[in-house]
Amino acid sequence: MTTPVVGEERTLGFAQPDTRPPLRTPRTSLKVRNALVGWTFILPNFLGFAVLTLAPVLTLFYISLTSWNIFGAAQWVGLDNFTRLVGDKSFHTALGNTFYYAALHIPITIVASLGLALLLNQKLRGAAFFRTVAFFPYITSIVAVAVVWNMLFSPEYGPINQFLSLFIGGEMPGWTVSKDWAMPAVIIVGTWKDMGYYMLLFLAGLQTVPGELHEAARIDGAGAWQRFWNVTLPCLRPTMFFVTVMVTIQSFKVFDLILVMTDGGPGQATLVLSQYIYQKGFEQFEFGYASAVAVVLFFICITVTVVQFLYNKRKEA
Amino acid sequence: MAARPSALRRSGRVLLYVVMILAAAGIMLPFAWMVISSLKMNNQVFTAPVQWIPDPVQWRNYLDIWVKADMVTWVRNTLVLSVAVTVLQVLTGSFAAYGFAKMRFPGREPLFLLYIGTIAVPWQSYMIPQFQMLSSWGLNNTLWAIMLLQAFGAFGVFLMKQYYESIPDSLSEAARLDGLSEYGIWWRIIMPLSVPALASLTIITFVSTWNDYLGPLIYLRDRELWTIQIGLQSFIGEYNAEHALIMTGSVLSVLPIALIFLLGQRYFVEGVATTGVKG
Repeated sequence: MTTPVVGEERTLGFAQPDTRPPLRTPRTSLKVRNALVGWTFILPNFLGFAVLTLAPVLTLFYISLTSWNIFGAAQWVGLDNFTRLVGDKSFHTALGNTFYYAALHIPITIVASLGLALLLNQKLRGAAFFRTVAFFPYITSIVAVAVVWNMLFSPEYGPINQFLSLFIGGEMPGWTVSKDWAMPAVIIVGTWKDMGYYMLLFLAGLQTVPGELHEAARIDGAGAWQRFWNVTLPCLRPTMFFVTVMVTIQSFKVFDLILVMTDGGPGQATLVLSQYIYQKGFEQFEFGYASAVAVVLFFICITVTVVQFLYNKRKEA
Repeated sequence: MAARPSALRRSGRVLLYVVMILAAAGIMLPFAWMVISSLKMNNQVFTAPVQWIPDPVQWRNYLDIWVKADMVTWVRNTLVLSVAVTVLQVLTGSFAAYGFAKMRFPGREPLFLLYIGTIAVPWQSYMIPQFQMLSSWGLNNTLWAIMLLQAFGAFGVFLMKQYYESIPDSLSEAARLDGLSEYGIWWRIIMPLSVPALASLTIITFVSTWNDYLGPLIYLRDRELWTIQIGLQSFIGEYNAEHALIMTGSVLSVLPIALIFLLGQRYFVEGVATTGVKG
C-alpha cells in the first residue's frame, strides 16, 4: 500500500538535502523504512562477506603481533615476528622470487594478451574459434594443467626440449628440475594460462575505441603503428589500468600454480610468499609468524594497487 | 599504383591468419598432448620423436582409472560443492546487487567500497585467520567450510550490480507506482531481465568452484571428502610413473568444464567483459 510512496521518497530525499527538522513525520519513517529495505537486500551476502573476509583480514594484524603456534595460545610479542623476518633467509628468497615472477609475468602477460586482442579485433574469419581456444587454458584446473606442462617440460624426453633441439645444440634447459630454469618454466605456464582472460578484457576495451578516430588518423597519413600508439593505446587507458592492477595482484599472490608444478623447488628456487605463508602456517603451525609474512603480502598488494590508482588519476587529470 | 596497396594488404591478411593459426596451435598443444597421451600405453608416452597418433589406441585407461582412483567420490563431492556454492552465490549476490544498484540509502557507498577494496586483498593473506575461525566452529574437515569460503565473494555482487545498472530505472519506477514492493520489483522485473548476467555468474562460479584447489587442500583432510582436484593431485603423487593414467585423470577432470564452457561460452565472455569494462 505505502510502497509507491517509498519509491517517490527515494528520489526526492536524495535529490535535495532535507533542511526541515522532520522528526517523527511520516517522511522520516519512510526514509528509515527505505533504508531498512535496502539493508535487507544487502545483508544476506554482507553477513557472509563480513564474517568470512573482513573479520579474518582484521584479525590477521592481531595474530601477526603474537607468538601463536601449535604449542601455545596467542601471546602478545609486539613486532618480534617482523624483526625475525628481517633476518630470515627463506623469507628473503620467497620475497625475491615473488618479485622475479611478478617482474616477468606482468609485462609478458599484458603484451601477449593485448597482442591476442588486437589480432582478434582484425575481424578475421575464425576469430570466434580462436577466442575460444585462447580463453580455454584460463578455465581449466591448475592440477591438470601443471601435470601436463611438467611432462612437456621433461628434460630428457619431453616434447619441448625435443622441439628446441631441432634449432639449438648443446645442453638443453632442465626446466622444472633446474634451479635456473624452474622459474621461467612457471612463468611460461602462468602466462599461457592467464593471457586469455586479459585478452577478453582488452577485447571489450577495444570495442570502445571510436572508429572515427582511426579513420581521421588514417586520413592524416598515420601508419598502423602510429595509430596504435596514438589512438588505440590512449583510448584503452581505463582497460589498461584495470588489467594492470589485476595482473599485478595476481602475480604477487601466485600460489597454486607453483604449489602443484614445482612445490617451491628445486630447493627454494620457486618458493614464493604465498607458499611461505602456507608452509609456516599449515605445515609448521607457526600461526603468528606466518601471519607476519601474510601482512607483508597484504601491504605489497595494497601498495601497488594504490600507486597504480594514483598514477592513473594523475594521467586522467 | 592501385594494385600495390591491395596486394600489400592481402599479404598482410595472410600473415595475420598464419599468426592466428600458429598461436591457436601453440595454445592448444598441451591439451592435445594430454588427450593423445591418455590413449597410449604407459611406455609410449615419452618417446623420441613424439608419437602424435597413439598406436594402438588404448581405451583401457578410461576403464582402469575408475578402479585405481576414487573418481566417483571425488566427482560427487565436487558436484555437491559446486552446486551449493553456485546457488548461494547467485541468490545472495543478485539480491545484494539490487540494494547497491537500485536503491539509495545511507551507508550504501562505503559498503560498496568495502567490497571493491577486498579485490586488492589476496585470499592467501588471510587464509590463516579464516582457517582458525572456521576450525573453532568445528567446520574444519567438512564440506561446509568450502561452501562458506566460496559462496559470499564480492565477484557476484560486482557482476550483478554492473548488469542491473544497465537496466533503465524507469522500469522499476513504473513498477513502484503500480504498487510493487522492492522485493517484488527484484523478483518480477529485474531478475527476469537479468538472465544473461545470471547465466554468466552461474557458469563462472560453478567452474571456479570445480577448479578450486587451495580451499579443499587446506580444509578437506578425509579421503571421503576429497574433491576431484585434490584427488587428482594425490593420484599423481601415488602413481607418478603411470603417465598415461595420470593424463586420463586430467582429461576427465577437465572434460565437464570443457563441455560447460563450449555450451555457455557466450555467457563466460560477457561476464568477464561486464566486470572489466567499468573497472
